[in-house]
Amino acid sequence: MLRESAKSREPFVRMVKRDRIGTKKAIGIRITAVILSLVVSGVVIVKITGQNPLEVYEGIVSGAIGTDRRVWVTVREIMVLLLISVGLIPAFKMKFWNIGAEGQILVGGLVAAAIMIYAGDRLPSWLIIVLMFVGSGLAGLIWGMIPAIFKAIYNTNETLFTLMLNYVAMQLVTFCIVFWEKPVGSNTVGVINSSSGKGWFPELFGNSQLLNILVVSAVTIGMFIYMKYSKQGYEIAVVGESEDTANYAGINVKKVIIRTVMISGAICGIAGAIIVGGCSHTISTSTAGGRGFTAIIVTWMSKFNPFVMILVSAFLVFMQQGSVQIASQFGLNQNASDIITGILLFFLIGCEFFVTYKVEFRRRNRG
Amino acid sequence: MSVLITFIQKAIGQAVPILFGATGEIAIEKSGNLNLGIPGIMYMGGIAGLMGAFFYEKSTSAPNGVIGLLISFICALLASAIGGAIYSVLTITLRANQNVVGLALTTFGVGFGNFFGGSISKLAGGVGQISVATTAEAYRATIPGLSKIPLIGPVIFSYGFLTYLSILAAIVLAFFLKKTRIGLNLRAVGESPATADAAGIHVSKYKYIATITGAAIAGLGGLFFVMDYMGGTWINNGFGDRGWLAIALVILALWNPTRAIWGSVVFGALYILYIYIPGLSRAIQELFKMLPYVVTILVLIITSRRNKKENQPPASLGEAYFREDR
Repeated sequence: MLRESAKSREPFVRMVKRDRIGTKKAIGIRITAVILSLVVSGVVIVKITGQNPLEVYEGIVSGAIGTDRRVWVTVREIMVLLLISVGLIPAFKMKFWNIGAEGQILVGGLVAAAIMIYAGDRLPSWLIIVLMFVGSGLAGLIWGMIPAIFKAIYNTNETLFTLMLNYVAMQLVTFCIVFWEKPVGSNTVGVINSSSGKGWFPELFGNSQLLNILVVSAVTIGMFIYMKYSKQGYEIAVVGESEDTANYAGINVKKVIIRTVMISGAICGIAGAIIVGGCSHTISTSTAGGRGFTAIIVTWMSKFNPFVMILVSAFLVFMQQGSVQIASQFGLNQNASDIITGILLFFLIGCEFFVTYKVEFRRRNRG
Repeated sequence: MSVLITFIQKAIGQAVPILFGATGEIAIEKSGNLNLGIPGIMYMGGIAGLMGAFFYEKSTSAPNGVIGLLISFICALLASAIGGAIYSVLTITLRANQNVVGLALTTFGVGFGNFFGGSISKLAGGVGQISVATTAEAYRATIPGLSKIPLIGPVIFSYGFLTYLSILAAIVLAFFLKKTRIGLNLRAVGESPATADAAGIHVSKYKYIATITGAAIAGLGGLFFVMDYMGGTWINNGFGDRGWLAIALVILALWNPTRAIWGSVVFGALYILYIYIPGLSRAIQELFKMLPYVVTILVLIITSRRNKKENQPPASLGEAYFREDR
């Protein structure tokens, strides 16, 4: 890749850290990356489908926002992805690699589904929804707390711990499906409370997505304020920078680690309730559907800024929904959207380098 | 007795892909790169091997198993090496975060596998399920005669060559890491890149080579699954979570490839144990499937608690190395 010559002369290419970069230039680099990624993924789709590239892009746009229904599906997916990404902020800011969002969403969704199933006949719908939020938040909180405690006490590697917990959560879901399956033998839960609609998020002012949007916006703004202006948010930042400094400053590092990951897990758990109560109305091992992993990338690339997060999640979801449409239009399978997402991510991740570093070529006369 | 023999055979069948993945990941992690893209890379290796064999068998009227085997083997190595190269460029040269790149690579690789697995026959203008029976037959071929020996035959000699290759790869890697100068250099890069750099070791070069080679080894796990285990067919998401199990096995083996050999058999056995314990209800079976992950978590906790020096992950694991940032 780099042709750094072993001889003692100046290398052909070298990278210099930029002192600072103008906002315009930084945005310019990122926009270039987005355009490049669109071109490459376009080329891939055209290669596979043999269609006119313009038609392909048109298909993507129409798939994402072509009809009213599609617009709302896209909005809904953006909200869910955004919520999970926001949930990951405090953990990542503390340099705690919570790869377990997937599992935290699943246990949250599982508890939400359990409440819908067992309380469906007994309680009014609004109370069920409140319970779903509380229950799923608690479930995610516990799922995050387990690795955090071990991290705090024994410094157990959290990346691998949380990753493994994802699969434990997945098996918990299949375990519960055995008891909840409907019809018996189908190995799926089916639509929960399909006749009564208990626990389904209601329409507010005639809009089925408004409750989702309100909850997600509240959490996002709350998180922004928490991270920026609260004492706890400051503690998280200090622990993330240096545990030694934090200790010296009298911060109880163990307490901060456990508390922060509990918050992170709880928000991811609530995302599970939103998926189950607000979108799918069922539970399965694919309820999280890789969103927990995508959100990690969204959070990281947005550099913890919730408002950049909206943009990044919107872009990714837009392209995903669009490529699902392309896939069905040309009779290909839906996994095309994962390939496209992967390509977009490679470019977006790669371009950050050029924001931080400047590439300098060897000057000819000095060679 | 025969149930026990079948159990061992099936456990080893489950163990091989995980062992390939773990061996590759150990090589990568020893250079300080935590590659969470392994699951994706294994999908890429599997589907590339299958596609290679598919197009070969489609192109001739009388396909030869050995040629199909060679073609698919090379395709699998190449595709997974490309996966490793993408990861290397982004993390080593462009200095992106390893976890983020790894997860993106997994998204990409799994999508890549499922997409082509699901639509290759359609794209090739054919119909129905892809099947590369001739090539798969070659992968499954056992040494004639030896597999007929009672007891030892079925337990030790009843597998295709990839099974033995997986064990060989682990042993060779262990030897390489422990006994050779280059292996020592590689471990130095993973433990303390700054020190290695000062000693005149080309850190980036070591990281690149280790990551790409490791990815190619891991890709063979996908190839084994598709060719030997599945007999040359593809089921979407059929490979399942074995890639993550491979990463878990690295921890269970405490970054030692020879320990990964028996560790993979333990994982394979835990993975299918529920089928062989009579009288389990379906619900309990699902709980049994948690075992490999729970065991991994326990190992993770115990090793971090005992805090023994030789059992720790490479010290610089997960961190990028920038010479000028020191």
